Amino acid sequence: MMDFEKQKEKARSLRADVVKMLYLAQSGHPGGSLSIVDMLMALYYNDVMKVDPKNPKWEGRDRLVLSKGHACPALYAVLADLGFFPREDLWHLRQLHCHLQGHPDMKKTPGIDMNTGSLGQGVSVAGGMAMALKKKGGNQKVYAIVGDGEIQEGLVWEAAMSAAHYKLDNLTVMLDWNGLQIDGSNDEVMSIGDVMAKYRAFGFECVEVDGHDIEALVKALHTPHEGKPLFLCCKTSKGKGVSFMEDQFGWHGKAPSKQDYEAAMKELGVE
Amino acid sequence: MSEAKSLRVAYGEALKELGAKNDKIVAMDADLAHATMTSIFKEAYPDRHFNFGIAEANMVCAAAGYAVEGYVPFVSTFALFGAGRAYEQIRNSVAYDGLNVKFGLSHSGLCVGEDGGSHQAIEDIALMRVIPGMTVLVPCDPIEMKKAVFAAAEIDGPVYIRVARPVCECITSEDDPFVVGKANVMSGTSDCDVVLVCTGLMVSKTIEAAKMLEEKGVKAAVVNMHTIKPYDRETVVKMAEKCKAVVTAEEHSVIGGLYSATCEALAGTDIKVSAVGVQDVFGQSGKPEELFREYGLTAENIVKKATELIG
Repeated sequence: MMDFEKQKEKARSLRADVVKMLYLAQSGHPGGSLSIVDMLMALYYNDVMKVDPKNPKWEGRDRLVLSKGHACPALYAVLADLGFFPREDLWHLRQLHCHLQGHPDMKKTPGIDMNTGSLGQGVSVAGGMAMALKKKGGNQKVYAIVGDGEIQEGLVWEAAMSAAHYKLDNLTVMLDWNGLQIDGSNDEVMSIGDVMAKYRAFGFECVEVDGHDIEALVKALHTPHEGKPLFLCCKTSKGKGVSFMEDQFGWHGKAPSKQDYEAAMKELGVE
Repeated sequence: MSEAKSLRVAYGEALKELGAKNDKIVAMDADLAHATMTSIFKEAYPDRHFNFGIAEANMVCAAAGYAVEGYVPFVSTFALFGAGRAYEQIRNSVAYDGLNVKFGLSHSGLCVGEDGGSHQAIEDIALMRVIPGMTVLVPCDPIEMKKAVFAAAEIDGPVYIRVARPVCECITSEDDPFVVGKANVMSGTSDCDVVLVCTGLMVSKTIEAAKMLEEKGVKAAVVNMHTIKPYDRETVVKMAEKCKAVVTAEEHSVIGGLYSATCEALAGTDIKVSAVGVQDVFGQSGKPEELFREYGLTAENIVKKATELIG
């Protein structure tokens, strides 16, 4: 395990990979991808999730469902770095016949545990996976990352209700709470209110955490939650790591220009 | 001769029998287990039946999760709330990934009766048929229902089984083959004057129509299209080789169902096709047989369409 200082460096290089992927693809979602990098670091680089890059479908692995599927460039960068597939593939994101689809596809990309993209569905599928794994008697865990705009989908709350009903203590829902969505702030578009209180009322163990503090995230992920699912409200900045993208809803789904790309790479320490 | 029973009861019984053979079979319901009859499965295997409450979208996604982990979920609710309300979950979380989830959706069509138009799915076949990789089965009697459930479990991928509500006489026999994608010719030969292609509850009415046509000196062949997708073009073309006339009969909108599938399959041929089905309108409350008459889903109407078609 890397020390947390080294992990910060790693997070920075992963962010650079994300920006390069989106620049080369000339499409995709920089804001939400950059905001979840540290959450993914906490899961994949700190022995929180058990995975085997040499055996992506290993039955004993823990599962991640990236319910906010549009943030997949960040997950692709992590999976490539861990050796699930060649890093070179990243530069063909969203191109015809490349396995790296605009939204995650488990049939195409090693290391992806579920197809997502249609908001609200991933976290619901994650609940089903967690139920099935419990039924099989395994001790694998299921993690789902949801967006803050995404929780406006009613399905998210159907899933929350059943996760608590079926006492899914092998399920963790992580909210990427960057406060922004396509049309503006959550509060402008559709207030999501007190999400901690909401998830608590649904029957989750709830923890609020700085979504860019990997050490704090790891600690929060280890919160005991016997007999109930765990909810982490991860406070993040959309576009984190690239100053001109940070907290700008305009960078939700816009590809960087050559000038943007060069400025971002410089800032991220990659020439 | 097998006893008459509701197709939903036949569905529940078949599921129970299947469950005894395969411990990967799980059933999911959305607070309708006593209407879809998955309650029969639940009684036998309480630890393999999951109720998701009145939340169909979550049920479908959870089933996808079970399928990812190697289970074979049979998802049940009313056709309108499964194929309709949870359409996009079926499309994106199940079919897009080619997951092994079966949808046994009941209370399809006008036969729902008194509950009225809000509960009568007349578009479920259309919605399911358009999804890539989805197999669509429409059994016509209790015997076929059981065969459809077992056949669905053999398919690696999503399957839709349309489950009708009323009690039905057995019109097929245990020995009849049930091959997915292969229509059953129930009567007649390729020497006939008209081919009647039918599905589900309209099969019995079509058999009746064929007898009425025979009395008028018209030789009609009856083709039971229990699989709407993949569609058995070969059998229909062969049967209509001489007469070049096909009448379809379905308890579904004429848009997107059996009639549409037949027209798509026969496009470019010189075979004429006429339809008996719901004419792009919603249903209403009434007794099932009254509704079938009101919307023209009768043997008499099949005879009329056949007579008009062949002049």
